[in-house]
Amino acid sequence: MNKDKSIFSPIKAWKYLLRKPVTVLKKDIFDKPREAALRYRGFHQNDWEKCLGCGTCSKICPTNAITMVEVDSLEEKEGYKNERPAFDYGRCCYCAICVDICPSDSLNMSREYLHMSTDADTFYTLADSKGIHRDNFDKGYVRDSDSELLDLVRYEMEHEPVGRKTSFLEIVKGYSLEKALAESARCVECGICTETCPARMNIPEYIKSVWEGDMKGAVGYLYKTNPLANVCGRICTHKCEDVCALSIRGEAISIRWLKRFIVDNTPMDEYEEAALEFVTEPVNGKVAIVGSGPSGLSCGYYLRTLGYEVDIYEEKALPGGVIRYGGPEYRLPEESVLKDIGMIEKSGVNFICNTKVGRDIQLDELHKKYDAVFLGTGLSLSRPLKIPGGEHTDVEYAIPFLGQTRDYLRELADMPDIHEKAIVIGGGNVAFDVGRTLIRLQQIKYGADYVSIAALEHRDILPCDLEELEEGEEEGVRGHFGYGPDEIVIKDGKITGLRVKKVVSIFDEDGSFDPKYDDSDSFVIEGTQVYIATGQMPEYAFFDEAMLEQVEIARGQVKVGEKGQFGNFPWLFAGGDIVQGPDIITGVANGHDSAEGIDAYIRQKNM
Amino acid sequence: MNEVKLFLGPQHPGMHGNYSVHMYVDGDIIEKARPTPGFLHRGFEKLMERRHWMGNLALIPRICVPEPDINEFVYAQGIEMLANIEVPDKAHWIRMLVLEMARVMVHLMSLGFIGGPTGMYTATYWAIAQRDLILDLFEELCGARIYHMYIVPGGVRKDLPEGFTDRVLAMMDELEVKIPEYEELILKHPIIHARAKDNIMLPAEVVWELGVTGIGMRSATGEENDLRKVKPYAHYDKVEFEVPTATYSDALTRLNLKVREMYQSMRIIRQVIDKMPAEGPVNVPVSPGNALRWTVPEGMVYSAVESSRGEYGYFIVSDGSEMPYRIAVRGASFPQGLLGIEKYLKGHRIDDASIWMDTMGVCSPEIDR
Repeated sequence: MNKDKSIFSPIKAWKYLLRKPVTVLKKDIFDKPREAALRYRGFHQNDWEKCLGCGTCSKICPTNAITMVEVDSLEEKEGYKNERPAFDYGRCCYCAICVDICPSDSLNMSREYLHMSTDADTFYTLADSKGIHRDNFDKGYVRDSDSELLDLVRYEMEHEPVGRKTSFLEIVKGYSLEKALAESARCVECGICTETCPARMNIPEYIKSVWEGDMKGAVGYLYKTNPLANVCGRICTHKCEDVCALSIRGEAISIRWLKRFIVDNTPMDEYEEAALEFVTEPVNGKVAIVGSGPSGLSCGYYLRTLGYEVDIYEEKALPGGVIRYGGPEYRLPEESVLKDIGMIEKSGVNFICNTKVGRDIQLDELHKKYDAVFLGTGLSLSRPLKIPGGEHTDVEYAIPFLGQTRDYLRELADMPDIHEKAIVIGGGNVAFDVGRTLIRLQQIKYGADYVSIAALEHRDILPCDLEELEEGEEEGVRGHFGYGPDEIVIKDGKITGLRVKKVVSIFDEDGSFDPKYDDSDSFVIEGTQVYIATGQMPEYAFFDEAMLEQVEIARGQVKVGEKGQFGNFPWLFAGGDIVQGPDIITGVANGHDSAEGIDAYIRQKNM
Repeated sequence: MNEVKLFLGPQHPGMHGNYSVHMYVDGDIIEKARPTPGFLHRGFEKLMERRHWMGNLALIPRICVPEPDINEFVYAQGIEMLANIEVPDKAHWIRMLVLEMARVMVHLMSLGFIGGPTGMYTATYWAIAQRDLILDLFEELCGARIYHMYIVPGGVRKDLPEGFTDRVLAMMDELEVKIPEYEELILKHPIIHARAKDNIMLPAEVVWELGVTGIGMRSATGEENDLRKVKPYAHYDKVEFEVPTATYSDALTRLNLKVREMYQSMRIIRQVIDKMPAEGPVNVPVSPGNALRWTVPEGMVYSAVESSRGEYGYFIVSDGSEMPYRIAVRGASFPQGLLGIEKYLKGHRIDDASIWMDTMGVCSPEIDR
């Protein structure tokens, strides 16, 4: 390009004097500030109603500008932490990665960009929905599906197809390594699950161990709070998944199946090393445990890690209680039960089976022989159903039936005497266990199945898990939901069916159980055998009369202190279903707590 | 006579960042020059090893402030190569749009900043004002003016805002009117001619010796060496454009090439807007899991892009974990900005040192990184 300009050519530049300036005049900066773009990444806004306090923003922040601050004024809510993110604008680089990863969708950036102060503290702020100056600026940068940084879809485990109902083969297949790694990579480590788990399991930690490939470490985390990891990895009620931060916008992490992946895939030597790492010599005392169900096993295991000699008394021939005799084989295979109980036995717990406390040995004797006693006897009796025909010999109860089936599969008992057409009464998980077990037994015995389930509740409010209902229906359970039992129809001494009538309401105005029926809508469900699965009850035969007077029992449950200790009998502890109702993971938690309580009690006593 | 030592920088000498040159002078002639980098050192490469793959996105644009997008692009491209990911079609077009807008923006800036060392600030004011209008577009696109953090591994962060391409076209229409005015003001100005013509030469031998790329190389050797042509990335093989070259590289030629490149960039942008699909995904996940646990398969890769100053690349090593094992940055201004100053600044006048740095394309964070 040639220099062809005259000395006067800069005059052309004068026209720029007349143009509208690109810049904002200094006097307008505060009064008429330039409006930021719609996607502007300005100061943060956080909706406290939505915010879980999960801290994912703080973890991803590349500049460590976000601190989670405890806010005392926040109400305690399940699934929420009382922490909220505080932003240090001395460090923030406004990248908005925190916004893109926010699981609760509470965080966004605003179109506000002006803040000036000589006070450095004002740059550190607990953001709320109104923004840094509480000026309610419009939203700027928000997350959308393109900028998503979470993996919201669960990696499903494969299920056996419906042909599964001809055998007791486990339904759910385990994760492959690849899927387990992908699933574990979804976790944001917020720990809200831990706060909700009755046993306070170290869930984010063991999921992280899976992700890191440290299986032994993962087993170690499991056994810190739960020695029944095999059982809970299969049939836990997984309250943790209900509150998982990812479930707000997507699907919760498969915490239960990852737990199962850990126990199924750790080499046995590493598994044993991790599980028994903290078991110590029994030098501190002797403890008796009544009942070898989840709470008793858990209590026994943790007492062994605290240095106690432990004897567990079990009424039945095999230890395990509900996990040995209750849960159906297709959900909870014998091997996994054996693995858990075997590991607890290896920890040095001594099982005394076929011995019922109250019949073969008295509580008094235990008190004399041992430093402390733990009661974890569970709900061993079936709740009777008083309807006409209920006394018939072809009326069976869930608990003995499920127990016999397990024994039959262990080749310790005959097959239960099942008919070609059976009716189950009940709408909980146990009712479906019975129904689906019946289907399998019928398939084995007759090559066909015919099982009806009658429940008071409608389909959408059934107390059982959704997966039980869906899988049960898939296997051919005939559901009559919203109908209550009226009478068992008997002709010529044989059951021919169950008359049911439509339920109008289940609870009265005070919320007490008081079903009301519409007598005009009733019919007979066909079947020659009726199984009752309407609940279980505890048995307190081991308390003598003098004790029974001093023990507080309300609605069938014993009242104990925080660590399971009885107020009037400091040497006596209890946990599990007789304290908190039927739930395995709660039983495990009670057992652990009581082990700590027993340890404290014995140390106090020996001082 | 006693040796006199003068310092250029480390405060911003024009546009090259906080960089210092120690000049030993005799009269107003530089006898010896010692480049002294490190005033800006933020340890980018080391910091990257301590951040998640996604978290690095907030850090890397800072390695080149005027043209941050090249960092995002080479980083994303490298990860995609390691993870063997196919980026969606639309994302490729959007990336090209961003890269070319950035190129126009940075050439405008360096064209304007020639006003600093030559004492003609009118040029600076005009060009920077125009650059700001492009920044407005970036703000609209990604929410920030300078550090865009928009090109992400797997694609781009968000789709284009409604009507965005229309505003880009309008911006270019305006620019096409303005650039001739800037040429008039800057490239034909007697003062600039006096300072830049036949001055600050870059002979072809020096290009080959130091490994200078970009405009420096193209202006001195006549080679059409532009990565967009010789090793096309994104969809550069699907657009038509020319690579301006020259065989005589003085400061004025290099300025001229910048202007000609701006026209080519605008030509590319028009084709991108024309060819870009209206619908379609703009990114794909790079790894299962959330961004805290993204992993990149083990391996090493060199990913490069044609920046406004030449070949700009990242050598990325992954050990399969959630953070990079090592990333080395090949700054386009490293050869001329470090060795070049040491060897070839001598003999120039003191007041030409800044023009030297400006027209050679020295960007100090690339050297410090």
